[in-house]
Amino acid sequence: MGTIKFSLIAIAIGALFMAFAHWFQVDYLFFACYTILQFIVLATAWNILGGYCGYVNFGSAAFFAMGAYSSVALHKFDPQSFELCFTDSTCMTFHFLDWAFPLPIPVLIVISGIVSGIAGFGMGYLTLRLRGSFFAIATLALAVVLQTLVVNWDFVGGSRGAYIIRPDNLEFAGIQINYIEYLFALMLLLTVIALNTARIIERSQLGFGFATIRDDELAAEACGVPTLRLKLIATTLSGAFMGMAGAPFPYYIGYLQPASAFGLEYAVNSIAMPMIGGTTSWIGPLVGAVLLGSAQQYATVTISSAVNLLIVGLMLVAFVIIAPNGLVGLVQDRLRRRRS
Amino acid sequence: MTALLHVDNISKRFGGFVALDGIELEVTPGERLGLIGPNGSGKSTLVNCICGTLQNETGSVVFDGQAIDGLAAHERTHRGVARSFQLPRPFHSMSLADNLRIPLLYTVRAREGMLHAHSDLEGRCHELLDMVGLLKKAKQMPRDLTQVEMRKLELARAVAAEPKLLIADESMAGLSHSEIEDILALLVQLNERGITIILIEHIMSAVMSFSQRLAVLVSGKKIADGKPEDVVRDPEVVRAYLGQ
Repeated sequence: MGTIKFSLIAIAIGALFMAFAHWFQVDYLFFACYTILQFIVLATAWNILGGYCGYVNFGSAAFFAMGAYSSVALHKFDPQSFELCFTDSTCMTFHFLDWAFPLPIPVLIVISGIVSGIAGFGMGYLTLRLRGSFFAIATLALAVVLQTLVVNWDFVGGSRGAYIIRPDNLEFAGIQINYIEYLFALMLLLTVIALNTARIIERSQLGFGFATIRDDELAAEACGVPTLRLKLIATTLSGAFMGMAGAPFPYYIGYLQPASAFGLEYAVNSIAMPMIGGTTSWIGPLVGAVLLGSAQQYATVTISSAVNLLIVGLMLVAFVIIAPNGLVGLVQDRLRRRRS
Repeated sequence: MTALLHVDNISKRFGGFVALDGIELEVTPGERLGLIGPNGSGKSTLVNCICGTLQNETGSVVFDGQAIDGLAAHERTHRGVARSFQLPRPFHSMSLADNLRIPLLYTVRAREGMLHAHSDLEGRCHELLDMVGLLKKAKQMPRDLTQVEMRKLELARAVAAEPKLLIADESMAGLSHSEIEDILALLVQLNERGITIILIEHIMSAVMSFSQRLAVLVSGKKIADGKPEDVVRDPEVVRAYLGQ
């Protein structure tokens, strides 16, 4: 299936869902499905580095939070009152930016993507000479360092957190749009872009190169694969998508604090979802995120939100035993066996 | 004739252990060189220094008239140095055809005007598999192969990069007599196509029948270099191998 056809089908499914939820006036459906879409993007992003290249990133929450806090920082930035003083007398004002602020969320998503992409590149450059568990620990350390920085950064609320007051409705070309529907639509678009990126990578020369890194880096170099460059591409892309997934989050949640943005659930979910779905293809993270994300939403409503991580843990244990290659791997194995 | 490869006085240490100690080696284009030495004599380290997996600390490696010191392994592959590994290292998650596709995509295609059409790429993949007699298994995975087939895949993958120099690192270890003949025939065939080959091997009958010239490494030093029949009679070589 071509990229355009796939995008159209994905958007059509999303639009159908939106129409359904809109018709029945159930805002909760949008809230719940926004979270699932957000996890699809996170899982897909994690899989670009973790699944395709075999580098396990435990710092997903750091990139997600970086995206979220970029939004908060830009939301709080007021060109009217902000000045940058070099000496006592020479100060720079930002009044010329008045027309642009507050920035619309799509712009914030792009900026967050760039910020997290650069961070991903930097992390890659510093840590990619490490392998296996050492790399995983280094990414975990990155999350801790970043959280400490945010906690001590007063402008974005520090440890108190930051409130983002969002309007109930958004006016767009004279039409009133429910804000949560707007956020859902943005996340849907981002999901389609992320899935398409993963699909394109998988079928391209880049995807083959990533797979050689996962299999055997020494042999890959001997075959002429520039492994370091490819790994940097992977960390940059992966980081950028995680950041983009986090950018609309402050508007969704309304109140962002370090403990929630750097929450364990993001790091754990973005690993568990591809693992449960299968890491070798783009379908894996999608299936895993839908399955695990829905289960978590269901548990949140029926039991309690604290049960979430327990579910993830139990499912991960079950899948490691029953289907070590994820659901996609399980199905592929069955098909192969039936054929032979 | 100018040398294709000139290893100029290179040394490599691992902590206090001197693995290579001022090695000088020249290989002319089209030559078949045998490189022997007891275990731990530095043969694989020398290969790693030539291929860029390790960087030599002193001296210089000149390939095709240019110094390639400091270049990463993949850049050296692009310039025409290819190697096979002592223990086969196939890409486990890919079929045999895809294993060969990697050097074609990343090395051959990077050169100008090569293999841009999809059909060219497929054709070349099949040609290479056919050359090593693995065409029927093109869609199988490396885990389905026997030991000798794995070695052939390893050589085919190295040759896929269309190298000027191929370094075969113990590609016959652990094989039966007829299998060794198979691999030897393959190497000679590659040499006839114009690829210069350095063969590193412990099996003396294979080395003697293959090599036009023989170099011997012992404890990181080159102790002999010359015609195979002269080298094996060299008293120093005999002492290194048999002890005295």
